[in-house]
Amino acid sequence: MNAPGTLATAWIVARKDLAIEYRTRSAFLSALVFSLLALVIFYFAWDSTAVGPLDIAPGVLWVTFTFSGLLGMHRSFGVEMRDGAMDALLVAPVPRESIFLGKMLANLVFVLGVQAVALPAIALFYNLPVAGVIVPLAGVMLLAAIGLTCIGTLFAGITSNTRMAELLLPVLALPFFVPIVIPAAQTTARLLAGRPVEESLAWLRILFAFDLVFLYACTIAFPFTLED
Amino acid sequence: MTGSSVGATTALVETAALARVFGNRRAVDGVDLTLAAGECLALFGPNGAGKTTLLRMIAGLLTPTSGAARIAGLPLPAMPARARVGLISHRTMLYDALTARENVRFAARLHGVPDPAAATQLALEALQVADRADIAVRALSRGLQQRVAIARAIVHTPDVLLADEPYTGLDEQGGAALTALLRERRAHGAALVVVTHHLYEGLALASHAAIMRAGRFVRFERAEGIDAPSYAATYRETVA
Repeated sequence: MNAPGTLATAWIVARKDLAIEYRTRSAFLSALVFSLLALVIFYFAWDSTAVGPLDIAPGVLWVTFTFSGLLGMHRSFGVEMRDGAMDALLVAPVPRESIFLGKMLANLVFVLGVQAVALPAIALFYNLPVAGVIVPLAGVMLLAAIGLTCIGTLFAGITSNTRMAELLLPVLALPFFVPIVIPAAQTTARLLAGRPVEESLAWLRILFAFDLVFLYACTIAFPFTLED
Repeated sequence: MTGSSVGATTALVETAALARVFGNRRAVDGVDLTLAAGECLALFGPNGAGKTTLLRMIAGLLTPTSGAARIAGLPLPAMPARARVGLISHRTMLYDALTARENVRFAARLHGVPDPAAATQLALEALQVADRADIAVRALSRGLQQRVAIARAIVHTPDVLLADEPYTGLDEQGGAALTALLRERRAHGAALVVVTHHLYEGLALASHAAIMRAGRFVRFERAEGIDAPSYAATYRETVA
């Protein structure tokens, strides 16, 4: 018997996590409802005579994506802890980095799914001109989602064994989200204002660089979070 | 007695001065154990004796504070050693939203079983739960869940089977299926460590029996020929 390699294992783990989410849909629906409620609250708290929609929308977008994503990431390790399934995963002859990559991949699909539904909603609420910038905007959302899910997955793993996981996860993860959210929001604001993509290249480089750093660092760090 | 050797031939399970400390408590305190192919250790002891901690270290789930554990000569927790281990726990270690078949097949894929679907079917049939294979685990009774958990642990035909209270939740039929399965694995050369509070079942299965207390083996002997009622009396005296 040859145990699967790192990427093959990551795919097996991701498929399993996505199958669980597809069956239950609990995290996705929770995140979606949260996103829509957040948009509604922001919309009615917004003084449109003082602040224009293009000024407020990028912030609303990324605050909503950030917090709704955390809901799914918390759940990704919850399913492992409920009946001790994590032990079976750890006994299996697979690299522990691959468990992280699999969970991160499943979380990425989850976050992108929430974004795919929430973006049209926010465009509708704030009457945003997204049609002409949908491709670069989708690229920014993908880049940001990679960084957010790296950090979120790592800290979800760290906090999953604690009693206050729901509280600890955002407290630990949010400071590390900052280097991702700032360039993402800055680029989004420029794209929605009709500025060319070239104007945001510096921000995109920062976003890409943090993605690489977080992907590498979180993958390497994850096995150490499993030490008891 | 702090340690014991039960096999001189190919050792599948070896621990040397294995110890684990939690805070200022020595949960396992220098256990030496050698199990050869086809041998089965029934491990008894009161709650908190260190049985589960010992098993988790042999499974590679827990890092020893000192000492070492090896599987078939391979150091733990390296992947080649873990590949030879199957773990049954009093917790099911299953995903309740997935079906029994999906749970077992997931384990088969992680272990690189060449034909995961066929191996899954065989494992489920061995535990007499194949007729419920496509039902979500959360819809199964606790006993049936335990059968699926056992199927998950044996789907890759491990050389070493570690079972922590494996009879939890099983009815008479499930218990008999498990006993038959453990005997069959032993006959095929697997080494077993069975942690149980059921002395009679444990002694019937085992080649060796040990009583653990305060992290140490306080008794260790061959199980064949042991008179179960007198051993039960000895056990009560030992752990009192």
